[in-house]
Amino acid sequence: MEKDIRILAIESSCDETAAAVVRNGRDVLSNVISSQIELHKLYGGVVPEIASRKHIEKINQVIEEALTTAGVGLDDLDAVAVTYGPGLVGALLVGVAEAKAISYAKRLPLVGVHHIEGHISANYIENRDLEPPFICLVVSGGHTHLVKVQDYGVYEILGRTRDDAAGEAFDKVARAIGLGYPGGPKIDRLSREGNPQAIPFPRAKVEGAPYDFSFSGLKSAVLNYLNGCRMKGEPVVEADVAASFQQAVVSVLVEHAMLAVEESGIGKLAIAGGVASNQTLRSAMEEACRSRGVRFYRPSPLLCTDNAAMIGAAGYYEFCKGVRHGLDLNAVPNLKLGER
Amino acid sequence: MKILALDSSGLVASVAVVEDDTLLVEYTVNHKKTHSQTLLPMLDEAVRMIELDLQSVDAIAVAGGPGSFTGLRIGSATAKGLGLALDKPLVHIPTVDALAYNLCGCGRLVCPIMDARRSQVYTGIYRFEEGRLCVVAQQAPLAVEELAAKLNALGEAVTFLGDGVPVYREMLKTLLQVPYDFAPAHLNRQRASAVAALALQYVREGKTETAAEHAPDYLRLSQAERERAEAEKRQAPGERAKTEQPKLDERTEAEQCRTVEV
Repeated sequence: MEKDIRILAIESSCDETAAAVVRNGRDVLSNVISSQIELHKLYGGVVPEIASRKHIEKINQVIEEALTTAGVGLDDLDAVAVTYGPGLVGALLVGVAEAKAISYAKRLPLVGVHHIEGHISANYIENRDLEPPFICLVVSGGHTHLVKVQDYGVYEILGRTRDDAAGEAFDKVARAIGLGYPGGPKIDRLSREGNPQAIPFPRAKVEGAPYDFSFSGLKSAVLNYLNGCRMKGEPVVEADVAASFQQAVVSVLVEHAMLAVEESGIGKLAIAGGVASNQTLRSAMEEACRSRGVRFYRPSPLLCTDNAAMIGAAGYYEFCKGVRHGLDLNAVPNLKLGER
Repeated sequence: MKILALDSSGLVASVAVVEDDTLLVEYTVNHKKTHSQTLLPMLDEAVRMIELDLQSVDAIAVAGGPGSFTGLRIGSATAKGLGLALDKPLVHIPTVDALAYNLCGCGRLVCPIMDARRSQVYTGIYRFEEGRLCVVAQQAPLAVEELAAKLNALGEAVTFLGDGVPVYREMLKTLLQVPYDFAPAHLNRQRASAVAALALQYVREGKTETAAEHAPDYLRLSQAERERAEAEKRQAPGERAKTEQPKLDERTEAEQCRTVEV
């Protein structure tokens, strides 16, 4: 039996301050998340400067709680992992500076982790049997990527959004029908009372790029529809708008994911990211996978949101590959997937 | 007593270790490079030069603001990480106080000015009495005209320093009616040794905080908070209840969050 590897992971790329202790990449000993969502609701979206200020106020408490809950001290750790991109630069910098200082003072190896690789790796935590290769659909407020996970830490991007991320479209449509921020969960909930076939919103395809996504046209179609109703004095059934919009997003996501599964011949599909907690997406994807005999993996909702356990999982495999970052590690707000 | 100090509040990045009345090491760089990449390697170099056992430090001092919001957070997060890892208290030194302390013993009024943009400076007015820093006007963001008016009212000779000097030198010349001069190159920017020296007094007076408690003091709200407060002020109190959310322009800060590319 090899020695256990315990990693302290820190995540502060957007509006959650999070820390976790993860053993051997898959056992979550603690997973502490301090959400700022109530604060940002006042502004209808995440305000970067406010997010950064909250991170620095909370980060030590969050780390201390993660250590206490896990029942480990800093001396029991083997490495510190931290999200260094992509994300809001000011927010990322808090986690990066903190992680570097801890790693330096305790002489612990430092492993910088890509936020999206973290989301993908969230699937390892609850699925012991999941190993690469597999296809992963990453859908969140900032990202919509269809990725072939070839090996631990080896990614091939098959498709991506050309404009808005899926979660961004959810937020904007939610705002337009007066649901407020964050839009995803609110649209998901309201959709249950609506008819998904009520309004034929467009399903955009990107010419010559079958895996790519485009959601800005769909968002405009919803806004135009709402405007049209207002001009004609017709009542808007918000639940129908929400359900029809969501159906349009989900059907495109499922269609592209299934295409990737079929073309690659890889019989495993995982989903990840904040939008992966959308109930309609989860059940539609599960159904599509079942009918094709594809193994379907999804993290529980808590591990879909931004968290540090997923950074600990991704960080473990990086650590094992020998990835180490120096004291000059910087936040990289537009870090590319697979970039080191 | 040994103090490790950091200052990354402005363009300067500076680290120092002071033991009682002796400066053991100081490393100060005034060059356009990200503090995030330089501060900790500088600390590492300083620590190795004096073969410092980090555990032997009694407290970690940091210039806690005002300053560049991001710069302050890099310094604070570094100090908080060190404090957490080493289980040491933190000392929050006001940035402008530390700047003034560069000129300890100066017989004139001391007035640091840091360029705060939006036609303001972060400034304060100080004097030294028997080697102690006395605050005449607390650090605050101020228009240069207001600062000049205050100094004219005090009617005493004054020495300026800080990165606001090159920006506002000419303006001060026209506004001031009191004798003035400017601190020389080796004293006119942030220096972690001054943060450390001032921190010694703070520790003796019990003015420390835990690493968890520490947060920078920006002396300014974020742009979004300011705009929101202004919007609320404009609204009549009766109308306020109607609109729960302030309408923000599509291009404000709130929109910038998730527009990153992988």
